[in-house]
Amino acid sequence: MHQSNNSEILINAKGLHKSYGDFTAVNGIDFQVKRGESFGFLGPNGAGKSTTMRIIAATLTRTDGELTILGKDPAVKGPEIKAHLGVVPQADNLDNALTVEENLYIYGRYFGLSKKFVRAKIEDLLEFAQLVDKRDVKVEALSGGMKRRLTIARALVSEPEILMLDEPTTGLDPQARHILWDRLFRLKEEGVTLLITTHYMDEAEQLCDRIMVMDKGSIMAEDSPTGLIKNYSTKEVLEVRFGSERNQQIAPELKQLASRIEVLPDRILLYADDGEALLHTLNEKGLHPNTSLVRRSSLEDVFLRLTGRTLVD
Amino acid sequence: MKRQGSLDIVDPARIAKLGSFSVMRGRLAIMWKFAWSVGATAAINPTLYLLSVGIGVGKLINAHSGSVDGVKYLTFLAPALLATAAIQNAMDETVFPVLEGFKWTKSFFAIHSTPISGKQIANGVLLAAMVRTAFSVSVYGVVVYLFGGFTSARGWLAIPIALFAGAAFGSFIMGIAASAKNDDSFFMLLSRFVMMPLFLFSGTFYQLGSMPIYLRWIGWISPLWHTTEIGRFFTYGHHVSAAMMVLHLGYLAAMFIAGIKISHRAFEKRLMK
Repeated sequence: MHQSNNSEILINAKGLHKSYGDFTAVNGIDFQVKRGESFGFLGPNGAGKSTTMRIIAATLTRTDGELTILGKDPAVKGPEIKAHLGVVPQADNLDNALTVEENLYIYGRYFGLSKKFVRAKIEDLLEFAQLVDKRDVKVEALSGGMKRRLTIARALVSEPEILMLDEPTTGLDPQARHILWDRLFRLKEEGVTLLITTHYMDEAEQLCDRIMVMDKGSIMAEDSPTGLIKNYSTKEVLEVRFGSERNQQIAPELKQLASRIEVLPDRILLYADDGEALLHTLNEKGLHPNTSLVRRSSLEDVFLRLTGRTLVD
Repeated sequence: MKRQGSLDIVDPARIAKLGSFSVMRGRLAIMWKFAWSVGATAAINPTLYLLSVGIGVGKLINAHSGSVDGVKYLTFLAPALLATAAIQNAMDETVFPVLEGFKWTKSFFAIHSTPISGKQIANGVLLAAMVRTAFSVSVYGVVVYLFGGFTSARGWLAIPIALFAGAAFGSFIMGIAASAKNDDSFFMLLSRFVMMPLFLFSGTFYQLGSMPIYLRWIGWISPLWHTTEIGRFFTYGHHVSAAMMVLHLGYLAAMFIAGIKISHRAFEKRLMK
């Protein structure tokens, strides 16, 4: 049994850079991931999250910079690093003609695991993925959520040190997402290091200890979810709607009242530590919004602050 | 089951040695789902060909000229059909699964995220194709034998030669399929403009020498002609000089080596893109 040391750095990137001709996908980023951590890459499509993930997974070579995973360079020791990774790609790439069980079995054999070990492991994984009664069903007959869970179960067959999930819940319905989050949370409790990319702020908040906000290949900020909100947003947000015509007109007046405002096409966000009090002030001044809502700040607000854009366009 | 962790249970050195066979077994598991169609094709195809062309057309030819190359038409035809079956089987398992693995299900990318390399994936696909080809060609050989197509005791040697041709052509086609940008028309172009002319102009139904010289080149570049020549040498003692034998075998070996090299490069490149 290998000693798990909680301060051990599993992934270390310095000036990581990837370009395709003139296009820069990842622009010299630095980050570290410790053992047992759940680390998230948050950003819109095209931010460079998946590219970074593939470079870590040793399935894409970097253009420049330094990178070590478990102390090894993926450009040199690809297979030796891949031996300890579980990879869940953005789109499921299961063998559709094979059954659930066969998919797990064959994948386990790609890691050179013994038949006996894989057979026993499959029982655990079917349980974990809630697919026990689907074991003999062909993959093509599964629902989207089931396929996703199977892809995750498959990535766990080799008991990887690091589980990498690229947009794990994109395209799933809310119920399927929550089942998946629950499963991932259990892995985290078992001490598996998780690497997650997402453009869903709620997912990042739920699953990640630390988040790296990315945009256009660069790091905008890096901290815990609460730390990010504390540093880049106020405690609360007041959302008001005056109708699309009046939103623009009224914005300068609102600017005086809040510490910061964001004018979106359909609504205005007012940042304040006490949203209710601010709403009260608005009403006192005779500015009566058509609708209003006070909520807590989220990572979406952090992203808006950092990039001037929303996460999901 | 208590978690042990990949550091204790996964051995990259072992995978570096045996990975190609793991991929082969994975491919065979998928092939097994279609075993009935592979099996039926393997048995029905030669029977139909030998009945219609071998016996039907053969009767016409034998009545007209008595023999082709000194033997009955069916005996003349059988080694060529054997080689064709090998090439066809190898192609079936190196084109469609390659397009599927890269583009449709993207299952090659799943395999590549394990310690298995692109080269090993290519090797595994070819090995699995050869398992199927060996099965189909053996069945073909039995049918030919039952039709009395082997007149020489060493006739069975045409089977491993056909298998070698399958490996040579299969590896070559696999490399091209892995590099193909437009996958949709690839299969159609391949079967209409490559397979069909090769089948018709490689001395399959007649001796290559009976073609006008300006059409014979198709046979010369065709692995099918080279294989058929060797096959005929074994099945009924067709005359092949030592120099030509070296040329025929050398051609297939060169195609095999080139095919493997192209495949390895194409697989590595596409998986790392």
